[in-house]
Amino acid sequence: MLKIKRVPTVVSNYQKDDVADESVGCGRNCLGACCINGARLPLYACKKLEKSGAVEKLVISHEAKEPPVAFLESLVLGEWEDRFQRGLFRYDVTACETKVIPGKYGFVAQLNEGRHLKKRPTEFRVDKVLQAFDGNKFNFTKVGQEELLFQFDAGEDDQVQFFPCMPIDPENSPSVVAINVSPIEYGHVLLIPRVLDCLPQRIDHKSLLLAVHMTAEAANPYFRLGYNSLGAFATINHLHFQAYYLAMPFPLEKAPSKKMVTTVNGVKISELLSYPVRSLLFEGGHSMQDLSDAVSDACVCLQNNNIPFNILISDCGRQIFLMPQCYAEKQALGEVSPELLETQVNPAVWEISGHMVLKRKEDYEGASEENAWRLLAEASLSEERFKEVNALIFEAIGCSNPEEELEGSTVHQQNPSGSVNQKSNRTHGDPITNGTTSECLVLQ
Amino acid sequence: MSLTESSKSVFTEEEEKEESFNALWIKEALDELPHNFTITDPFISGHPIVFASLGFLKMTGYSKEEVIGKNGKFFQGPKTNRRSIMEIREAIREERSIQVSLLNYRKSGSPFWMLFHMSPVFGKNDGKVIHFVAVQVPISRREHHRKLRNVSGDLSDHFGSCRREVCFGNFVHQDRALPLECDDDDDDDEQGLEDWEHCEASESEKLKAVEAINNVLSILKRYIELSGRLVCGKRYCLRGADCLSSSLVISLGRIKQSFVLTNPCLPDMPIVYASDAFLTLTGYKRQEVLGQNCRFLSGVDTDFSVLYEMKECILKGQSCTVQILNYSNRKDKSTFWNLLHISPVRNASGKTAYFVGVQVEASCRNTESKELRPETKQLSVVGAVRVAVRSSFMVTC
Repeated sequence: MLKIKRVPTVVSNYQKDDVADESVGCGRNCLGACCINGARLPLYACKKLEKSGAVEKLVISHEAKEPPVAFLESLVLGEWEDRFQRGLFRYDVTACETKVIPGKYGFVAQLNEGRHLKKRPTEFRVDKVLQAFDGNKFNFTKVGQEELLFQFDAGEDDQVQFFPCMPIDPENSPSVVAINVSPIEYGHVLLIPRVLDCLPQRIDHKSLLLAVHMTAEAANPYFRLGYNSLGAFATINHLHFQAYYLAMPFPLEKAPSKKMVTTVNGVKISELLSYPVRSLLFEGGHSMQDLSDAVSDACVCLQNNNIPFNILISDCGRQIFLMPQCYAEKQALGEVSPELLETQVNPAVWEISGHMVLKRKEDYEGASEENAWRLLAEASLSEERFKEVNALIFEAIGCSNPEEELEGSTVHQQNPSGSVNQKSNRTHGDPITNGTTSECLVLQ
Repeated sequence: MSLTESSKSVFTEEEEKEESFNALWIKEALDELPHNFTITDPFISGHPIVFASLGFLKMTGYSKEEVIGKNGKFFQGPKTNRRSIMEIREAIREERSIQVSLLNYRKSGSPFWMLFHMSPVFGKNDGKVIHFVAVQVPISRREHHRKLRNVSGDLSDHFGSCRREVCFGNFVHQDRALPLECDDDDDDDEQGLEDWEHCEASESEKLKAVEAINNVLSILKRYIELSGRLVCGKRYCLRGADCLSSSLVISLGRIKQSFVLTNPCLPDMPIVYASDAFLTLTGYKRQEVLGQNCRFLSGVDTDFSVLYEMKECILKGQSCTVQILNYSNRKDKSTFWNLLHISPVRNASGKTAYFVGVQVEASCRNTESKELRPETKQLSVVGAVRVAVRSSFMVTC
């Protein structure tokens, strides 16, 4: 069994040092059976998922007037600021110094000395991506209701619906948005799908779609949702996504990419070039659901193959990055250099995207592109392993990498309609050749 | 390049006769240029187009009225490359020029590739961006591309989508150089995304864009030289804009509610930003409020203990919400009860750079149950301002 010791992030003021919490009927207004009766919370139900979500049918939206600060955005920001002014956070994240690291990639560094205080290191098992939910450990049914901002629902209606004071229905487990009391940027929240169902940290199609939906509904390219699997620096085994505002592009989003394949549903899968963590980019698709489902298929495949990964949902839900990683595994095997470990920076989704939250002043002052790159490169799969993993993913999604058959030549010439080559007879681990394609590079 | 004497649009201020005359003059001069270009003003909410050349209108099929006031986004559509949009957004944020291929849409709905070349225009005195000029050179690729494919089906035509195109055609009259009507519908649906991903302009098209930019800039410069003194007249307006970068102003412009930013580092804590909704609420013009301390909204019946309370909070660096009687400059000179929230706002270094004041007119507080509570709306403005200021790395204080 592989384990690492690390300081867990305190996401809730009700999170104890991994001690089973015995108190029930607790008077702290949690989401447990003890307190849920009569609990109320705003409910935001977004409009029905349009069939043509990602690839709009309309050629131009002629009412292209700049929208006002969007409704969901106002709700997130307003409720978050309210909790901020009520003093629910462990520190004022806007007082944490932040800067762009000089260089070509634009890594963003933040000095955050408060995030990891008052916690002792805990052991985490890192060799199992799927673990059963354990109700004795901290989970989001134990947070106080004041840490919840609103219920979020993928709506049935053609319009956004909002109910400022909606009872929480324990029979119909709501998805909720809660604050992270250790924010790494302004507006740091957690999306907890069907919180009362106590789902373990595991991607399923419905939950990922909900997350994509929230990213789209927030309608701000600087509000991204992220996900860490177990073994890729999730510390709480209760299904959750994270999100916050950072009004600049992440280096991951700026990385050039090379198209690998397009699925039957028009989802284009590319690999990132010249980025320290080998990653896949999913975009397009005939609908938002196509895009989300392709990523879910890939994630389920990774989970079943016990490969830890991170997800970044960006550009208002139009682009989804998938980053398989192996940092924790290396760390457990003692293969990570002491200098990297000393920084105590864990390459979770935000770090991998290029937002480095540094705990020590000296690391912040001396932050350089080389240092950031070195840390992230440590998290990346090797080229060979990445190819193996891609083969698994493409098989799971039901599309083979066309370059396999047509090495060195171009793909979409054969296939102008974007229809997919259904052949997928590759066996696990079979490496894909993707050497000298002349596929169009989208350069920075 | 340094063009103007002050951080002031050369297009949009029309209060003084001379100025509107000059504005007219410059518009006429620009209209004579054959290029396709637009000029935008980052200091107007929504970063709208304030000038569009005749060539541009012809190319896109829109009338001037349909285009003025629109954001550049107006011309984008589903097949517009997301990466190009991100790059342009970044260039605007970083106030630098950019040249990138972009797929835009005409009024008819037909998409076309063009080379987008944007350049900021800086004020001479303070080095602030006052405008962005964006030249658009249509890329003569698709017809060529298509012909090749139809005729030969040769693989090489695929390379065309990413390889530098050979120069063909006469570019001197590029105004009507649109041989590449892509309006057959099969184009849209059957080719999938691939053909829409990238289209590289030829060297001559790139030169064309640079030349056009230079021509536009030199006209702007000439205009400024003729009228510079006049534009420079309003000092106290400048004082207000001193601290804010165009990128911050663009971010703040997205926030549609009434608020002001004041700078506690300047003497008497003047207003450095006022939203459009604030101007509507109070009835003042922007140049009347920039540089002023907020107390000009008070009057004889304003409760001075409330003013004192606010002052105390500001000194302590705390937030506060008060209800205060304010005097407007609206036609009826009416007073109104202002539910005012004030919060300090930190910049990227974690230091307090501004105070934000968010006004809600008490009588207008909606009670409709399907809306956000007014308090939440008010705090959402504070949040949006915090995000904008924190991310604006160019704040100086």
